[in-house]
Amino acid sequence: MSKVLVLLHSEQDGSLAKSGLEAVGAAKSLAEGLGGSLVVGVFGGEIASAANAVAGCGAEKILGVAGADFAASRYATDAAAAEAIAKAAGADYIVAPGTMRMNRVLAGVAYRLGGRVDSHVTGLAVEGGAPVVNRWYYRQRMMGRVQRDVRPWVIAIDPGAFAPLTGTEGTASIENVAVALADGSKRTSVEGIVAPAADAQTIRPDADLLFVAGAGWTKKQADGQSHVKEAEETILGFVKGAGASLGSSKSLVDQSGEGEAVLSFLTHLNQVGQTGATPRHPKGLASCCHGEEPHAVGWRFITERRAINLDANCGWAQGKADVLYVADAFAVMKKVNELLTS
Amino acid sequence: MSELQIVVCGGIVPDPLQTLAPQMGPTGPALKNEMMLPAVLDPWAWHSLNEAANLAKKNPGSKVTLVSLGPKAKLQQVMMTMAQKVPFELVALDGPASGFTESAEVAALLAEAIEGIPGLDKSKLLVFGGWESASRGAGTTMQVVGEILGIADQFLAVDQIDVQADGSFKVYERVEGGKHQVSVCAGAPAVLGWATGNLPEPPNNPQIGMMNMRTIMPSLQKAKPTQVKSEGLKFASVEQPQQRRDTKIVKDMPADQIAAEIVEWIRK
Ligand SMILES: Cc1cc2nc3c(=O)[nH]c(=O)nc-3n(C[C@H](O)[C@H](O)[C@H](O)COP(=O)(O)OP(=O)(O)OC[C@H]3O[C@@H](n4cnc5c(N)ncnc54)[C@H](O)[C@@H]3O)c2cc1C
Repeated sequence: MSKVLVLLHSEQDGSLAKSGLEAVGAAKSLAEGLGGSLVVGVFGGEIASAANAVAGCGAEKILGVAGADFAASRYATDAAAAEAIAKAAGADYIVAPGTMRMNRVLAGVAYRLGGRVDSHVTGLAVEGGAPVVNRWYYRQRMMGRVQRDVRPWVIAIDPGAFAPLTGTEGTASIENVAVALADGSKRTSVEGIVAPAADAQTIRPDADLLFVAGAGWTKKQADGQSHVKEAEETILGFVKGAGASLGSSKSLVDQSGEGEAVLSFLTHLNQVGQTGATPRHPKGLASCCHGEEPHAVGWRFITERRAINLDANCGWAQGKADVLYVADAFAVMKKVNELLTS
Repeated sequence: MSELQIVVCGGIVPDPLQTLAPQMGPTGPALKNEMMLPAVLDPWAWHSLNEAANLAKKNPGSKVTLVSLGPKAKLQQVMMTMAQKVPFELVALDGPASGFTESAEVAALLAEAIEGIPGLDKSKLLVFGGWESASRGAGTTMQVVGEILGIADQFLAVDQIDVQADGSFKVYERVEGGKHQVSVCAGAPAVLGWATGNLPEPPNNPQIGMMNMRTIMPSLQKAKPTQVKSEGLKFASVEQPQQRRDTKIVKDMPADQIAAEIVEWIRK
């Protein structure tokens, strides 16, 4: 009988993130599809409340690794914890949320287990008694449906791609798994997280809307001048007013390296596309951005798409957006901001 | 300052401006006309090479080696361009550059090539690479390279490294929500999978190009033929998504009206 382990980490406050509940949902349906059993494994500093969040998910048992050594996201200790849990579970399939923390270690853990890994999985099904995963290749340009013979098969699912399992809270009884940390496992110490100042925090993964700014915002306009300050105010005003997440084209964030006028709050972390992020939001609005293919592949997981561009022949018009407004984004967005605050 | 041996793992990918289409072959999926498509160094791997060169410059006596697996002819074409950018030596492996191959097997080949670098001193070794590729896009290769080389200090989606005089270094890794996790590592050896970093694109430098080509050409000539069998990996299908949307193009609508329509759509 197939055994499915869902491997989770707790957050800094001991809780389980939504992406963890999504992984439990995916793992549970995989176990059901295979007629197999489910085991939960959790590691982190404090794991009790994370385990309690999934106590009623129907798992055979809940394995845990907890303690100060496992509180921070560090390769050596996370990999050791994940490896120990996986070995204790003896699973054929290991499903995990594709968080930054997990993605750092899963491939190494798969190697230690003699298994294989697939990351950024967006679909998981059982066909003819065998699992099939969906994942994108060439930066979201083509979708592959993948099967593997090697076990264990580690499957890291993309956050937001699966429905979270809810209503599973309870009181978990955790079986502690011992981890023998190798010498040198603590050569790295995690100092903490640095975030932009609160008012400059523009990346909001949970926002309903992605607002993308393109290089047009800093280009010379009809009056022969560029209006960078006005662009900054308009963009930030909108992002704040609409509670949107802010994305950027590559051209716009690259300008700082080229000594051109820049929007001070944008970094490469905002960049969407081939060499940027592929965020997941229900809606996206592009402004002053041409919608070239290396940019537009970053919109794969944006459901409804609208764009504002002066150029009726821009990339968005070529079947990449649902609606293209051929208009001046300065004028439109200023008015939008007025409406949002009125 | 510390003397470092920086090895950069960097593959090649089709130029992102090209249209790509999959095709099923006898050994699995491939890109249509793959050998005809112009190639570039994988963008994140390129950032890591650029960062490696910058770090080597700041730490005199350091050396940068690029280990690259790809079809020999394509590697040659890409290296002609890359050689103009920053100083490095090349270890070339002749094999597939496809995104459909198994990353663990690719990692084993890269690790073997790194072990074979003459004068390799793991106490000075930093293994760099892109955190993900523009082909497989998985972010699963570098960790396995590190595992095989016995390196347990690994960092993913790195945007910055600050090496101290004692050889320890501070590293900034991307985490969710546009933030960075900051860690301090006691020193080499370590594996760093790079995101974009903070360096500008260096201009072409013909002098660096001349110097690089002296070692790159012989290295290409002796590129070791390799095979990636992707054992146990099967593709049920590979398809391009239905890309085209029925774009409604709205022209000649006053800004006020567009704004009202957008606000209504946002609030829906
Ligand atoms: C290897 C590689 C990787 C790449 N990766 C990425 C990536 O990850 N992400 C990415 O974005 N790009 C990427 N690109 C670059 C991409 O091909 C484009 O060059 C880039 O997206 C263009 O940015 P842009 O649309 O902001 O700028 P531009 O092409 O300069 O377009 C500006 C647009 O603004 C419009 N405009 C100007 N003023 C106004 C106004 N007042 N109102 C409305 N519209 C206005 C103009 O009509 C124009 O369409 C990559 C390219 C390569 C070669």
